[in-house]
Amino acid sequence: MQKLTRRGWLTVIVMALLAVLPPVFYLTGNAFYLDLATRLTILAIAAVSLNLILGYGGLISFGHAAFVGLGAYAVGIPAYHWLYYSWGDWAVNGLVQFPLAIIVSAVFALLTGIVCLRTRGVYFIMITMAFAQMVYYLIVSIEEYGGDDGLVIDTRSELPLINLDDPLQLFGLSYVSLLVAMLLVRMIVNSRFGMVLQGAKGNEERMISLGFNVYAYRLTAYVISGAMAGYAGALLGNFTTFISPEMMDWSRSGELMFMVILGGVATTLGPVLGAVSFIVIEEILSTITIYWHLPFGLMLIGVVLFVRGGLAGLLTGRGGKDD
Amino acid sequence: MTAVLEISGLNKSFGGIKATDDLNLSVTPHELHAIIGPNGAGKTTLISQLSGTQQPDTGTIRFQGQDITQIAPHKRAHLGIARSYQITSLIMQMSVIDNIALALQAHDGHSFRFIRPARGIKSLRDRAMSLLDRVGLADKADLSTAALSHGEHRHMEIAIALASEAELMLLDEPMAGLGLEASAQMVDLLLGIKGKHTILLIEHDMDAVFALADRISVLVYGHIIATGTPDEIRSNEAVQHAYLGEE
Repeated sequence: MQKLTRRGWLTVIVMALLAVLPPVFYLTGNAFYLDLATRLTILAIAAVSLNLILGYGGLISFGHAAFVGLGAYAVGIPAYHWLYYSWGDWAVNGLVQFPLAIIVSAVFALLTGIVCLRTRGVYFIMITMAFAQMVYYLIVSIEEYGGDDGLVIDTRSELPLINLDDPLQLFGLSYVSLLVAMLLVRMIVNSRFGMVLQGAKGNEERMISLGFNVYAYRLTAYVISGAMAGYAGALLGNFTTFISPEMMDWSRSGELMFMVILGGVATTLGPVLGAVSFIVIEEILSTITIYWHLPFGLMLIGVVLFVRGGLAGLLTGRGGKDD
Repeated sequence: MTAVLEISGLNKSFGGIKATDDLNLSVTPHELHAIIGPNGAGKTTLISQLSGTQQPDTGTIRFQGQDITQIAPHKRAHLGIARSYQITSLIMQMSVIDNIALALQAHDGHSFRFIRPARGIKSLRDRAMSLLDRVGLADKADLSTAALSHGEHRHMEIAIALASEAELMLLDEPMAGLGLEASAQMVDLLLGIKGKHTILLIEHDMDAVFALADRISVLVYGHIIATGTPDEIRSNEAVQHAYLGEE
């Protein structure tokens, strides 16, 4: 086994704490903390997926919440039809819903990516946001599925061996999914594909003159990222059992971006650290004051301005790059 | 012998300015062909049209007999045209050897490979190392590219152009910004490459051009006014009038 670096040890410690603490809280009667941990674990998956394109690809996507939302609706809509239109049991089967969430998000990423990735810089930010808002308003306009008011998911996804109605098992699935997502992104960014993606972030023109079809590589990364976020959305739907268009509002996309930047872009652990701190700080501040957005915003600005490499960089004493 | 590069009737205007004006040029296999000309003569515009990042208004560019005028830049790279940049264009965030390995990777099949760690592929690493050795940067392989000097960046540019094993290398002012000593090193490096590849060299440094070139073309206001051996160019009156005399 290869020797762990400082960053590697930090990752192991943080992930071990995340595995152990929430169940301990739950078993000692503090169920609320397991809830909190499940939510941040699921959001961390979305942040990890965003980091693939934002951190490693340099593509500042401002519409990532749309993929999460689509994933959640891919669980909610079949469950709704199962309940009111007596669709078969397959409609609430997790082995149908989860792949559906992934496929829907991937297709949406492909179709929008084809257009978005032809633009650069600010235009890319605006157009990804515009597409996400489009989905937002689309869902708002469909009254059948609750429109603005959202939709209650009456039945969680049914999976073999796992019962998602049990908070511990739901957390377990989320946690394992996060681990897999982290390892997957790590594998991708270190592969040949990942080198091209990172090279294009550093110098697009050079990569093209070397002979790389940068557009095709970016589109692929965009689809992978969207599909992973869709999966996170399916988990989120199962967790909240209530979904609404608000999940894909642009401010939600902004929160995911903040998690990635706060934690440290282009690092394996960064998005997880970002999600943990984001949710925990939000929780603490909101118990102190209802105006918690203000100190929270100031803290975020402070991190972005003064801590190069985000929290992951701060904790290991070196900015920027991953090992 | 067919020309490696055959440019005929090339025109390119920006607004009212003709950056390329009915340009004709033929580069033969394995020659080092230099293009000189005063500032604003359209040298870099020419290179951009050859590598495909700019489209000519009219005219054709043939590479090894094939019309490539409409072909996308990344496809030209695969046909065998490599380019170095006047302004250093490297991936600064990556290590020196990663930059070179990426250039090799570009010519090692597609890169839609997601599983195996790229830094663990021995064939790419070994070849990258030997290229760095050739340009004298082997001991800096693992440093961040941003940490190297300007002169070393210029050498990396050459290593990347070499990595493609391109038939035609377009070198855009490799001496740009180099001091005397670094320029001399670059001339030595290019002398070592010369004869193995076809090189189109754009350069301001006259000493370097006359030391290196087999043939020289003089570009003035987007038009080639003379082509010949260094001796012919030196004694060409029109050239002296238009260019050398002014310096």
